[in-house]
Amino acid sequence: MTALASRSGRSTPADTRRRLVVIGNGMAGARAVEEILARGGAVQHRITMFGDEPYGNYNRIMLSHVLSGEEDAGGIFLNSLDWYRENDITLHAGVRVEKIDRFAKLVFSDDGRATPYDVLIIATGSRSFMPAVEGLYTPGGRLLPGVFAFRTIDDTRGMVSYAQEDHHRRAVVIGGGLLGLEAARGLQSHGIGVDVVHSGGHLMNAQMGPDGGAVLRRSVEALGIRVHTSSRTTAILGGDKVRGVQLRDAPDIACDMVVVAAGIRPNVEVAVTSGLPVERAIVVDDHMRVPDEDEIYAVGECVQHRGEVYGLVAPLWEQAAVLADHVTGANPKATYLGSRTATKLKVAGVDVASMGLQAPERDTDEHVVFSEPSRGVFKSIVIRDSKIVGATLLGDSRKVAYLTQAFDRGLPLPEERVSLLFDLGGPGEEDGVAELDGDAQVCNCNGVSKQAITDTVKGGCTTLSGVMDATRAGKGCGSCKLLVRQVVEWAADGAVDEDPAAAYYVPGVPLEKAALMAAIREQGLRSVSAVFAALAPGGAEDAKSKMGLASLLKMMWAGEYIDERDARFVNDRVHANIQRDGTFSVVPQMKGGVTSPEQLRRIADVADKYNIPMVKLTGGQRIDLLGVPKEDLPKVWADLEMPSGYAYGKSFRTVKTCVGQEFCRFGTGDSTKLGIEIESRFQGIESPAKLKLAVSGCPRNCAESLVKDVGVVAVDGGRWEIYVGGAAGAHIRKGDLLATVDDPETVTLLAGRFMQYYRERANWLERTYAFVPRVGIEHLRAVIVDDAEGLAAQLDAAMQESVDAYVDPWNEGNDPFTPGQFRTSLPLEVLPQVPVR
Amino acid sequence: MSAGLPGGGLDGSGLSGGGLHVLGPVDQIPVGEGRAYGVGGEQIAVFRLRDGSLRAVSAVCPHKGGPIADGTIDGSVVMCPLHQHAFELQTGCSTTGTGPLRSYPVFADESQNVVVLLP
Repeated sequence: MTALASRSGRSTPADTRRRLVVIGNGMAGARAVEEILARGGAVQHRITMFGDEPYGNYNRIMLSHVLSGEEDAGGIFLNSLDWYRENDITLHAGVRVEKIDRFAKLVFSDDGRATPYDVLIIATGSRSFMPAVEGLYTPGGRLLPGVFAFRTIDDTRGMVSYAQEDHHRRAVVIGGGLLGLEAARGLQSHGIGVDVVHSGGHLMNAQMGPDGGAVLRRSVEALGIRVHTSSRTTAILGGDKVRGVQLRDAPDIACDMVVVAAGIRPNVEVAVTSGLPVERAIVVDDHMRVPDEDEIYAVGECVQHRGEVYGLVAPLWEQAAVLADHVTGANPKATYLGSRTATKLKVAGVDVASMGLQAPERDTDEHVVFSEPSRGVFKSIVIRDSKIVGATLLGDSRKVAYLTQAFDRGLPLPEERVSLLFDLGGPGEEDGVAELDGDAQVCNCNGVSKQAITDTVKGGCTTLSGVMDATRAGKGCGSCKLLVRQVVEWAADGAVDEDPAAAYYVPGVPLEKAALMAAIREQGLRSVSAVFAALAPGGAEDAKSKMGLASLLKMMWAGEYIDERDARFVNDRVHANIQRDGTFSVVPQMKGGVTSPEQLRRIADVADKYNIPMVKLTGGQRIDLLGVPKEDLPKVWADLEMPSGYAYGKSFRTVKTCVGQEFCRFGTGDSTKLGIEIESRFQGIESPAKLKLAVSGCPRNCAESLVKDVGVVAVDGGRWEIYVGGAAGAHIRKGDLLATVDDPETVTLLAGRFMQYYRERANWLERTYAFVPRVGIEHLRAVIVDDAEGLAAQLDAAMQESVDAYVDPWNEGNDPFTPGQFRTSLPLEVLPQVPVR
Repeated sequence: MSAGLPGGGLDGSGLSGGGLHVLGPVDQIPVGEGRAYGVGGEQIAVFRLRDGSLRAVSAVCPHKGGPIADGTIDGSVVMCPLHQHAFELQTGCSTTGTGPLRSYPVFADESQNVVVLLP
C-alpha cells in the first residue's frame, strides 16, 4: 500500500533512464527499437525518434503493392502513431536531423531543436540514386513534373495520381532491376504502357546472370512491358513537364512519366558532417557500433559492415537484433558477422529467388542449369566443394526453401544434382518444410522464421490468416505465402514424420491398427465407449476417433457389434449426406445404374410432394434428391419405398456399369448383370474410406473401371480383368491389375476378398489408391489370388459375416433408433420458436 | 414449413429471453448426442455427455453456420459436422481457430428436465 504516499505530492521522481535517440524512423530504425523493447529496453531508456517522413513507420517493400492498387497506403503501416504513444516513444515525424555533436552528445534537427542523447542510433537508410540525366530537374532544382523516384509513400502516391490522369498513357522506367520491374508492373495496372530502359546487358544483373536475365526478359515482355537493355537514358525531353526520353544509341521514346529506379545510395550526410567514419556508407563493427564511439550505433541500409552495404531487408533484421543485444546489455557477446543474402521475391508476378554467386568462378565449380524459356522457368545452381555457393531460380519457387537453407548452412548435397532442381518423387514439399531448421527464414520481407510460425501455431493459432496476422509472415511481397501455408499445415499436424500418433488408427487411442484389433478381440470390446474405457489414455473419449472406431468395430463384430449412435457421424445417424445448409441428400439405391419407369415415376412424385429443391444425376449413376430437411427424411424414405443407395458413408457405395452385351454391339460380357450382382452382395458394408466400383463390358471402358477402387473389365474370350486401387478424384491413378479370371463368380469372390483385406488392414480414411501402392500389387496378388498366406478362407468368411449382418438403414424411418433422431438441428425458419401462452 | 421444436421452451416466459428456461425431459437427448432447442430467441444445442452431465452452447457454427447439435462430441469438445471445427463444450471456445460459440449454464432439475440459463 504505497498509494497514499504518492498521492500527496504531484511531482514525479526524475526520469533517470538513459536517453536513446534514433535518427531515422524507417524499417531499420523502428525494427531496432522493437528489438530493444522486446528485450525490456523501455525500462532503461527514454526513446526519441526522428523521422524525415511525416508518418509512422511503414513497410517500404509493400510500396509496389500500393502502386498497383493491391494495397491501400494505410494498410502497409507497420507501426501506427498509436504504437509510439503506447510505448512511450517521442516521435518527431517530418523532422530531419542535420548534425550530431559527438562531444556534447546532442543532435540538431531542422526544427531548431537540440536533443541530448546518452545512446544514439543512426538509421538514415537510403535514397533513390538519380543518375546524371539532362532535363531531370527544373531550373528551380525540383524534379521535372512527371519524373518520380520510387522510394517513399509520397513518391508512390504521386505516381498513382499522375498515372490515373486520363491523358497520361505511357511511362519509361529507368532501371531494370528489382524495383524498376516492380514499378513497371504497378504502372501497367493503371493502364499505362511501360518501357523499361536498363543500362546493364540483362535485367536484374545484380541478382542473376545473362541466361536467367534472358528468361526473365521473356516473362516480362509477355506481360506487355517493352524492355531495352544496354541502353542509357541521356536526357528527359519536355521542359515544363515530361514528354519523352532520349536514349544513347536508340530512338527517343515519347512518354508522359519517368520513374527513376536506378539504384539507391546510403544517406550518410549527417554522419559525414558530424565527423563519423564514412566510406561507402557509415562504418560499423560487429556490434553495430561506429568505431571509437561507445554510444553511437548505426543500422540498416546506411551501414557498411566489413566492406558490405546491404540493400535488402533480411540483413537489417539480423543487424537490429545484434544492436539491441548490445544497447540493452541482453547479450554482450552478440556479434553480427554479415549476411549471406538470399532474396526470394515476386517480381512483376514472376517468382525470383537468388542467392550467392550468379555463375561459376573457378574451374572446379560445378554449374547445374535448367532452362525452359517458354514457361519462364530457369534454374541455375553453382556448387563448390559439394556445397551451394550460388543459385538463381525463376518461375518456379518449389525448391527455394530447401536451397536457401542449403546455401545458408552449407548442407551436404545429394549425389544426384538434378534433385536440387526438381522433386523427383523424393521428399516432396511437405518434407521440405519438415526439414527446414527452426531459424530458417520463411518470410524474408518481415523476417519471420519457421520457429516463429510454429510457435504461433502451437499457441493455438491454427489458421493461415491468423498466423499471418500474428507474425506478419506473408504480409510483405506475398511470394512466401505458399511456404507459410505449408509450415502452418506442418505445424498444425505436428511433426508428421516423427509423430507416433500418425501411425495410430485413430488419434485418441495410441495403437496401430493391427495392435488395436488384437486388443479389441482379446478383451471382447464390442462398443466404441468400451474401447475408449479400456484403451484410451485415462479412458477419455475422443470425438475425432469415434467414427473410425465405429467403422472398425462394425467390421470386426458384424452382428455382435454394440451400436452406440453417438459414435457415428451425423450422416450415419440419419442415413443421408449432410449439405452446406444443414439439409440432407437422399440417394435411393439403383443397382448398377439401372432403373425403371416405375422407380423414376415414384422418385418424381416424391420430389414433387416434398418440394425437393434439386434433383440431380450423380457420378455414380444414381438420382440424388437434394435439400431435404432432416425431419422429412423418414417420410421421404417411406414414400420412396426403396433401399438406401449409401451415398453418405465411409462404405461400399455404388457399382457403375456400361450397357454391356445385352444391347451394346461391342459388349463382350454382361457387365450390367455382374455390376448388379456385386452391388447386391456388398451393399452398404462399412470400410475405412468410401469404395466406388465399376464393371465395363469391353476394353472401351465406358464405366471407367480403370479408375475405381475395384474395377472390372470384360475382355475377349469371356474373361474378366479386375483392377484395384484406381482413382479419378482428388488424385488420379490407374488401378493395378489384380487378376484376370474366367467367370463372374470368381470376380465377385476376389473383389470381396480384396475389399475385406483392405477393410482389415487399411488406415482410417485411407482410400485404396493409397493402400494398394503402399502394400504393393504383387503382395496383394499373392495374398488374394494365390492365397500365399493362407488367409483366403478367413477373409471370405469375414466378408460373408458382414454381408449377412446387413440391414437396410432406411427402415429406421418408421422406428427411430434414438429419441429425436430426425429432429431438426438447425431451425431453418427464424426463431424464436417458443410458443407464446 | 413449420418444423416445431418438440420440447422447445415450454417455460411460460414468452419471449423474454433471460432467466431459467425448462426445455423438457433429459431423455429427449440420447446419451453422447445433442439436440437443438429454440429458446428465448436463441438457438441452443444441448448435449448429454456419457457421464450424464449436460452442456449447452449456441447451435450455429460461427464458421459457416453448421448445425452444432448434429456434431460429434467427447468429454470436452463438439465437432461441427460440416468442416470439423471443434469447440470446447464448457466455454464455447474454438480449439481449431475459428470464432467461439456462446456457452450457457445448463443442468437437469429434480424431475429430470433440462434447464438452461439465458443471460
